[in-house]
Amino acid sequence: MATPAGIQTIEEIEPFEAAEEIEGGDVVLVDTREPHEYQEAHLENGKLVPPGLLGDQIAEAAPDKSARTILYCRSGNRSAIAAAQLQALGYDNVASMAGGILAWQEQGLPVVAASGMTAEQRDRYSRHTLLPEVGVDGQLKLLNAKVLLLGAGGLGAPTALYLAAAGVGTIGLVDDDVVDASNLQRQVIHNTERIGMPKTTSARIFIEQLNPDVNVVEHNGRLDASNILDVMADYDIVVDGADNFPTRYLLNDASVRLRKPVVSASILGFDGQISTFAPYEGPCYRCLYPTPPPAELAPSCSANGVLGVMAGTMGTLQANEVIKLVLGAGQPLIGRLLLYDALGTTFTELKVRRDPDCPICGENAPEIPESEMGQFPDYDQFCAGAGGDR
Amino acid sequence: MATVRIPPVLRPKTGGQSEVAAAGENVGEVLQALTAEHPDTRAQLFGEDGDLNRYVNVYLNDEDVRVLSGLETAVKDGDTVVILPAMAGGAS
Repeated sequence: MATPAGIQTIEEIEPFEAAEEIEGGDVVLVDTREPHEYQEAHLENGKLVPPGLLGDQIAEAAPDKSARTILYCRSGNRSAIAAAQLQALGYDNVASMAGGILAWQEQGLPVVAASGMTAEQRDRYSRHTLLPEVGVDGQLKLLNAKVLLLGAGGLGAPTALYLAAAGVGTIGLVDDDVVDASNLQRQVIHNTERIGMPKTTSARIFIEQLNPDVNVVEHNGRLDASNILDVMADYDIVVDGADNFPTRYLLNDASVRLRKPVVSASILGFDGQISTFAPYEGPCYRCLYPTPPPAELAPSCSANGVLGVMAGTMGTLQANEVIKLVLGAGQPLIGRLLLYDALGTTFTELKVRRDPDCPICGENAPEIPESEMGQFPDYDQFCAGAGGDR
Repeated sequence: MATVRIPPVLRPKTGGQSEVAAAGENVGEVLQALTAEHPDTRAQLFGEDGDLNRYVNVYLNDEDVRVLSGLETAVKDGDTVVILPAMAGGAS
């Protein structure tokens, strides 16, 4: 291919030659296009240095002027110009890839593509995709993730808000309550106009206004032994913000059977707890709490009060855990219980271990035959007098 | 002296204190010292047999005493004993 007028001395290589060199290693690969082009598709390990910023950014992308440096752009023109500029800067082993990424792709060579993301999505999630821990791949994982929120109230509201903003593709909401004025001090996805509306519907309206990418599934009812496996079947991760112990134990036992992780938090007054229960990888809820407390030790927020912002703090911590699980990034709270004391503004971390004698996930826990998967103990009886009614 | 951290549900039994200093060679003695000073906490921590109630988790610093030596676990000066009951607040 002809080089632009006035540039005679740069080395041009064909895409297959570039691919061989890249395969061999020790190559600095520089993408000389604009950020939006780069986001759409780029070569793996290609470092973005837009033409207008070459002078400012090339030293960071390619610190060694004697290293083999291959430049590419869309069709080969901008990279040829940039190659000449680099030579003038003292880079002595520079090549421009002829035909650019278009020729590369025509030859069937692989690119890192934002496939599945529209231009609007690339813009909306650009602060995510800039993060190495998320990137385009991570954002696509979020867009494909299916997360079930147990409760669209205190904890569920902030969790739903941030998961929806983050582009979690499917958010299921389980709640049988309607919006009440006394909810609005902390349940930030509902509002005054929607008092009296089912919480799942109010949440759906909020989420759809925030982010049309999210598919909201309303489960307007309560989870019980008869429906929990069917409801959970469609989701990857469950977020537990339930307000009663029978539901928490039911959810635990079902999640262990289905091997689905649960991000579990609770709040009361100025105190919060959060942990992530990943079946068989770490402890389950019963390993931590084998027995529910009696009623006098299990007060509810409705009877004892809760600082509104506590719901936000713990709910957003839940959202953070969910996003890490989806991305496979960082260290989730598996085997750790985090306590937050809002009055002292202190966090305390406690170790939680798998209980070998756990009746659900322990070594000697009985195998559940397929025919009995949907059969659960009587949790109301198990938790009798333990906050079993709201 | 060890510091015992009191969960919200027990604070009415400790005059509202969220931390109580208590002396003892082991976790059991520290909790006995707590119940001696705040007798109303006893019934919620210990069963009639004198063992910890199963629904009460007790940690020495960050470790569950169930995986240490239970109430016999030795306590050093400056250690923290955390009393942790399950909580279920969230949705409503």
